[in-house]
Amino acid sequence: MQKSMIKKHVNYTIRYLVLLLVAFVMLYPMLWLISASFKDNNAIFTSIGLWPNKLDFTSYVKGWQTGTEFTFSTYFFNTFKIVIPKVIFCIVSSTITAYGFARFDFRFKKALFSLLIATMFLPQVITRLPLYLLWRQIDMLDSYVPLVINTLFAQEAFFVFMLIQFLRSIPMDLDEAATIDGCNSFQILTKILLPSLKPAIMSCVIFQFVWSMNDFMGPLIYISSVEKYPVSIALKMSIDNTSGIVAWNQMIAMSVIAILPSLILFFSAQKFFVQGVTSSGIKG
Amino acid sequence: MKNRGGYLYILPWCIGVLIFTVYPFITSLMLSFTNYDLINPAEFVGLNNYIKLLTKDTAFLKSIVATLQYTILTVPMQLTFALFIAFILNFKIKGINFFRSAYYIPSILGGNAAIAILWRFIFRSDGLVNQVLNVFGIDNVAWFSSPVAAMFVISLLKVWQFGSSMLIFLAALQEIPQELYEASEVDGATKLRTFFSVTIPLLTPTIFFNLIMQLVNAFQEFNGPYLITQGGPLKSTYLSSMFIYDNAFKFYKMGYSSAASWILFMVILTFTLTLFKSSSKWVYYSDGKGN
Repeated sequence: MQKSMIKKHVNYTIRYLVLLLVAFVMLYPMLWLISASFKDNNAIFTSIGLWPNKLDFTSYVKGWQTGTEFTFSTYFFNTFKIVIPKVIFCIVSSTITAYGFARFDFRFKKALFSLLIATMFLPQVITRLPLYLLWRQIDMLDSYVPLVINTLFAQEAFFVFMLIQFLRSIPMDLDEAATIDGCNSFQILTKILLPSLKPAIMSCVIFQFVWSMNDFMGPLIYISSVEKYPVSIALKMSIDNTSGIVAWNQMIAMSVIAILPSLILFFSAQKFFVQGVTSSGIKG
Repeated sequence: MKNRGGYLYILPWCIGVLIFTVYPFITSLMLSFTNYDLINPAEFVGLNNYIKLLTKDTAFLKSIVATLQYTILTVPMQLTFALFIAFILNFKIKGINFFRSAYYIPSILGGNAAIAILWRFIFRSDGLVNQVLNVFGIDNVAWFSSPVAAMFVISLLKVWQFGSSMLIFLAALQEIPQELYEASEVDGATKLRTFFSVTIPLLTPTIFFNLIMQLVNAFQEFNGPYLITQGGPLKSTYLSSMFIYDNAFKFYKMGYSSAASWILFMVILTFTLTLFKSSSKWVYYSDGKGN
């Protein structure tokens, strides 16, 4: 009996140590990134420690100014001009589509649902070029329209699928009771189902936000004038400009700022992230 | 089930699929049989683009090899690691929420250009990684001038983002009924035996799902190599998605680029279909349902 207790404790301790070690190795680069942003350019390459010898905000101030005529204020503003509409459109359109699939019967429903799932797996690499040519033809290049508009049509199947799964877990009795009370189908969605859907919608908001913040290839292809650059492209521009002496500390400071919105959102809404990944179990 | 109105709700999505999936899918295939440089009208060339890509274009063939290397290197490593950590976490352990978040953060930020900058920076010759290696008495590694090391650097960025697969594994592990473990113990099976005869078979649907998802993603990886190694050195990390991007948006060879993307698509399709076909042999559905 005693022996098995000891064995249990040893087992527990080993698990703990492995977990801590892995977490430390994984997070160290990021912690170091944050601390390096306060160091001056020389200290970055001479110390692997986390604690900067003095708190120095100049790399933030200088980095924010950038080498271009625009500051990071412009780039952040641009990023939000893309991200916020995407989040709103995506939530509205995906909820409506998911409602259609989860609560109605119609011809070809099975086939259409299969198509929805198929689009989740279809490599984007195939569709990217013709869409670029399409937007070029109607003179929409160098605008945010090509980056945003597909969210108006619920084209990110991940979100639709996640909401369908969630809707299926809400009992139909609620809908039926509401029908008897005289609600039409749209009122059932907005008045009855929407409140229960809140956690799933939160997950969608968060994922869409983070993915849109990270999006790099979209703006790389479509946005060509510097004044319209989002943060991701502005960062890329700053590594390209590394001729001569590189102000690494400034670039690092701006990298920290660039991931800050996603980090804040993550820490304030962790449970929705975990729920989102596990309930429908996709991607990331 | 209500019957009326269903179409109305899915109508926007249906229109969207036509515009954003069906139309570009067909157009892309048609484009691949032409030469089109955005200025002159597209000229039909039959299978020429495909023949040239597959027989003459060493840059393309090399990019396919690099993409296969990258995929075969990252996907199994990432999934093994994700499963290993999920297995350790699936235990009554204090601070499970902390660990879940800590492991998940890289999956959220991994795609961000800022992280690519961080990667470029810590793998410099005088960067953090080499400084740490020096502490252990290991000489500096020139991460970006050796093909093997450069491939390792971009692969590590992918493996680092194992968090989402890990969370999916963890959720599946938590659904395995405790009685099965107890029964296995009563039968006198060792821990290791239980892991391979009980846990792994019950996890196969999840493994299968994660495998497909990560394969499709890895085959199309772009940000890492584009921002960190720029395909170098000697094009050793020049993945197919970069080849496709360069041909379209740098050289304006729209038809040629489309043909390359269709070959990549066929490679992805071959892998996923083979997996689907083989799944009846190794994926075990306990209740006839998938993930």
